[in-house]
Amino acid sequence: MIKTDILIIGAGPTGLFTVFEAGLLKLKCHLIDALPQPGGQCSEIYPKKPIYDIPGFPEVLAGDLTHNLLEQGKQFEPGFTLGERADTIEKLADGSFIVTTNKGTKHHAPIVAIAGGLGSFEPRKPLIENIANYEDNGVAYFIKDPEVYRNKKVVISGGGDSALDWSVFLADVASEVTLIHRRNEFRGALDSVEKARELKQLDKINIITPAEVTALHGNSKLEGISILKDGEKSLLETDYFIPLFGLSPKLGPIGNWGLEIEKNAIKVDTLDYQTNIPGVFAIGDVNTYPGKLKLILCGFHEATLMCQSAYKIINPGKKYILKYTTVSGINGFDGTRKEAPKAVVQAIN
Amino acid sequence: MIDVNITVTDREGAVHNIVAPTDMAMNLMEVFKAYELPVEGTCGGMAMCASCQCYVTSSHDLVDMQDEEEAMLSEAFFVKSNSRLGCQIPITSQLEGLEVELAPDY
Repeated sequence: MIKTDILIIGAGPTGLFTVFEAGLLKLKCHLIDALPQPGGQCSEIYPKKPIYDIPGFPEVLAGDLTHNLLEQGKQFEPGFTLGERADTIEKLADGSFIVTTNKGTKHHAPIVAIAGGLGSFEPRKPLIENIANYEDNGVAYFIKDPEVYRNKKVVISGGGDSALDWSVFLADVASEVTLIHRRNEFRGALDSVEKARELKQLDKINIITPAEVTALHGNSKLEGISILKDGEKSLLETDYFIPLFGLSPKLGPIGNWGLEIEKNAIKVDTLDYQTNIPGVFAIGDVNTYPGKLKLILCGFHEATLMCQSAYKIINPGKKYILKYTTVSGINGFDGTRKEAPKAVVQAIN
Repeated sequence: MIDVNITVTDREGAVHNIVAPTDMAMNLMEVFKAYELPVEGTCGGMAMCASCQCYVTSSHDLVDMQDEEEAMLSEAFFVKSNSRLGCQIPITSQLEGLEVELAPDY
């Protein structure tokens, strides 16, 4: 059982910033995210796109923002349960919660902060008959541990950044990498496209376009796929098939937690972004209230106010006054301390 | 200020007659959302998610498809020859009388 003060569901920018604000109040955080890496949409959908409305940053790439938020919260030693979806919540007699993921990992905390954005990202599965039979038996929609593919034959399908980047990465790991896409053109960052082209010329990636995977074969596990190219069908032996057609967010099981939902978002009180279940908060894009704007900067504000309420619930009656980091510095849970350099008091003569 | 009238058929077949301003630099996905039609616009309008895919059923001469839209549609599901991403269609006076149908949500 993982124990923490604030259990954050969703490791996007709002969830990550909560770690910092909670840390200032000496509250420890643990984050659950369905994606295998932190950052939410910023790292999954548009890591290389600039954002122009983060206060103080005239321009910041979404991937860099994620990196900076992780760096900012690092000294508060957040825990992570990644690649798992928060499925069920149970309220205990003392008012605390147990949240269990789809993989059975249990988390215990007095406060739950749902920072789930548009929901957990579920892979868009290609419409291939019997694909479900091979899930975890050769078909994967995410790459969590590239080592699984060492010296194996891998087929990746898709035409975007993740298909390109993983093909490039696995070229040095797998024994054979084949990239299949419906059209000849790939869409990705220039360096990804160039790298893939280079590896193709070196025969380290086999690219088949315009083509589609139409069927999967194998007894208990995947052994091969059918490819349709220029109206002709062919068979290709492979150990793994990884379709990367993007992800679609679904509010998912959180919708059944007894929370008040309005238009696919969780209703909160703007006093502290608490939901109708005391001790459960909803912050960032996942919540709704009159005047709500789905902006990262609003998520930061909501996270900050929420932490103050969480402190009061966890430490009833204990006095606290807002402190400024410039004055008080930051004491990390890892023993580090950051503080402003002291001014010198000296005569000049 | 010029407004244009657009007819949207949602996924249940209900028809919505909506009015969109041409002077607010909006695109069709944003207009869908402004009218609270069931369009997520997950990526915010970067042609990266296809949640605003729609079928253009009137014979309007729309802005040409750029590489990003074409690439996204090549990866999306339920794509037809008249598929477009709403986020890539700016609202201009040429759109008067446009008729679209929302593509299935996948």
